[in-house]
Amino acid sequence: MHKEEITLIVSNYIKKNFLFDEKKEVDNDISLYQSGIIDSMGTIELISFLENTYKIRFDDDELIAENFDSINAISNFLYNKLQNIK
Amino acid sequence: MCGIAGKIDFSDKAEPVSIEFLKNMVSTLRHRGPDEFGYYRDNNAGLVHARLSIIDITSGQQPMSNENNTLWIVFNGEIFNYLELRKILQNHNHKFKTKSDTEVILHAYEQWGLDCFTKFNGQWAIAMWDNQNKKLIFSRDHVGILPLFIKEENNTIWFASEIKAIFTDPEVKREIDIFALQQIFTFWTTITPYTTFSGIFEIKPGTTVVYSANGKKQEHIHWKLNFQDPSNTSTTKNKYSFKDAAKELEQKLLDATKLRMLRADVPVGSYLSGGLDSSVVAWMGRQTKSGTFQTFSIRFEDQQFDETRYQKMLVSMLNSNHEEILVKKRDISQVFQEVIYHTEKPILRAAPAPLFILSKLVHDSNFKAVVTGEGADEFLLGYDIFRETKIRQFMSNQPESRIRPLLLQRLYPYLTDSLFKAKGASFEFWKKNFTELNRIDYSHILRWDTTSKIINFLTDSIQMHLQDDLMELVRDILPENFLKLDPVIRAQILEIMILFSGYIISSQGDRMLMSHSVEGRFPFLDIDVINFLNHLPIDYKLIGLDEKIILKHIAKGKIPDEIINRKKQPYRAPDAASFIFDKPEDYVTEMFSEKILKDFAIFNPEKVSILYNKCLNKISNNPDGSQISNFENMSFVGILSTQLLYYMFIKNKPRYNNNINFTTKIDMVKENA
Repeated sequence: MHKEEITLIVSNYIKKNFLFDEKKEVDNDISLYQSGIIDSMGTIELISFLENTYKIRFDDDELIAENFDSINAISNFLYNKLQNIK
Repeated sequence: MCGIAGKIDFSDKAEPVSIEFLKNMVSTLRHRGPDEFGYYRDNNAGLVHARLSIIDITSGQQPMSNENNTLWIVFNGEIFNYLELRKILQNHNHKFKTKSDTEVILHAYEQWGLDCFTKFNGQWAIAMWDNQNKKLIFSRDHVGILPLFIKEENNTIWFASEIKAIFTDPEVKREIDIFALQQIFTFWTTITPYTTFSGIFEIKPGTTVVYSANGKKQEHIHWKLNFQDPSNTSTTKNKYSFKDAAKELEQKLLDATKLRMLRADVPVGSYLSGGLDSSVVAWMGRQTKSGTFQTFSIRFEDQQFDETRYQKMLVSMLNSNHEEILVKKRDISQVFQEVIYHTEKPILRAAPAPLFILSKLVHDSNFKAVVTGEGADEFLLGYDIFRETKIRQFMSNQPESRIRPLLLQRLYPYLTDSLFKAKGASFEFWKKNFTELNRIDYSHILRWDTTSKIINFLTDSIQMHLQDDLMELVRDILPENFLKLDPVIRAQILEIMILFSGYIISSQGDRMLMSHSVEGRFPFLDIDVINFLNHLPIDYKLIGLDEKIILKHIAKGKIPDEIINRKKQPYRAPDAASFIFDKPEDYVTEMFSEKILKDFAIFNPEKVSILYNKCLNKISNNPDGSQISNFENMSFVGILSTQLLYYMFIKNKPRYNNNINFTTKIDMVKENA
């Protein structure tokens, strides 16, 4: 899977699920936590979505904000994880 | 307490209003005062009064006049120190024909002019009409406990306790103000003097407004929130040691409670939430009278909101006659339309609904007045936001620190079991602008930012016309020395001037109480108590992260330690979960339907549908709604209440009728004048 594809899926999910608007422009580098787009409840939703979509499980030490704080951070982290699984 | 309304046309060729018009107007306020109705009318003015008889039941009818019938008043509220003022006025040779506080206002105005309002200890919304000088005077109490709305157009002024009375006039255009929505979807309320409706304003709290025949309008501020610069607090500290301050505060609170329990010709009950504030008020209320003592409580079926255990403790200690009502989620959606009919403002939480249900219980128990603990959290620094501000300020002293943000876990324990506890990285949210201490919104930026994302649900065409910056509105209501004050006091001022005034004591206070003809009386809002508290150093109220410490000190030995030491539970009710069931109430599905959303054209139907389905999904997994986020809850309730408001006030006209029997009729219309 290409990284761009992951970025698009993550970005669409975040727009629809947290901003209720698929057409909204969201900067791929914006901090999702500091901007309040994702809160503690949202974290759970996001992680469940990624685990279900990509049929993967995150270990505890992967659940740090650095890996999830922006759309780019998420897709980078996810891309690398999926590469390693292969 | 009561309802007041009127219409004044200042022009020389003014036509008198019809009795029918006055009946219609007052009929919308029947819930505020079902006991008696009265009107005054001359060629320029029509005033109406709906009375809830509490003081001087036999002769306190309104409209009431001075001795020579030139000054006419309609008044909603209580002047608690009226007996003391009456004596002073009698010494100045004023003659009284009634035993009411209303008459004291008239004579006080004659004696002291507009300065009279600085002498009142009470809660009031007043309209006075001077028919000789063609002068109209409005006044509202210090913090705005009682509502008063006005509309000005050409030479005419409309006023009323509730906006619906003004809307009975076919001449008045009914329109939702989109800037009001922008404000509510940021601050939870409009900022004074704005209201939900275009062209309708409120009289600002602590303010008197005078309209003269020549079209002149003058505003006089009779009370202002006043905090000292931090450099001055040492003097107050020297004046009162903590112990002396506690002693003094206890006496002032006792006096305030006594005035509110005993200055009534009907019995006064007490609300009991199970928290510290209402427990102290109920305990003090109990001290003021022997014999029976009545208490009222809300219980929640949903355990996360319920406080029954603590209520029971207090009831057995006070040995009170206790009435309680168990609120279920379904009850909330069943009364919610009525709730919004009374708030006249969109709300972002369902929390007012149980208070609507509680005031019905009070009314059904034949009580007309209750004391409550309102105001303690604002004036004694009880809310989380004050502690949060303190922590963010502490973090800003060493922005790189990874240890300092850990304090947030003390405030928000869920952070400790968050998935992100590792590396302290979950604190990013609280770091937003946290080093910018000179922002006026420093304390509230996180809350306002999160809330303002609701604006995104509005249609594109509404969003295009919104204001870039709402901070101007905020700046306008702040004291001049605002930025010189400690960030915690600044947070307190914002909280009091915005959320407290526009939501807590109105949408969740007066409007819910008066929906069932119940008058609220609030010892913590006694003006002597407020002024005293505002001059005490912060650390008498908030030390470290321990809140309301001076009140806890007073409470010690009076109410159970368990209540004093329990972790503060914010008053809340289930939100979106109160509306989504297998078979929701018809109005809920209707208000969220694509057809109605399109028809009302306030919200974007696609976005709302995504939100609705998301909430629906979460409820089907977890009926208690615990999976629904704070933002989703606020958006859901905000959208539903806005839709209902539009439906009841714009699409339809608020209900009114002419089925009114006036018992006080003052007609001064001059034929062929």
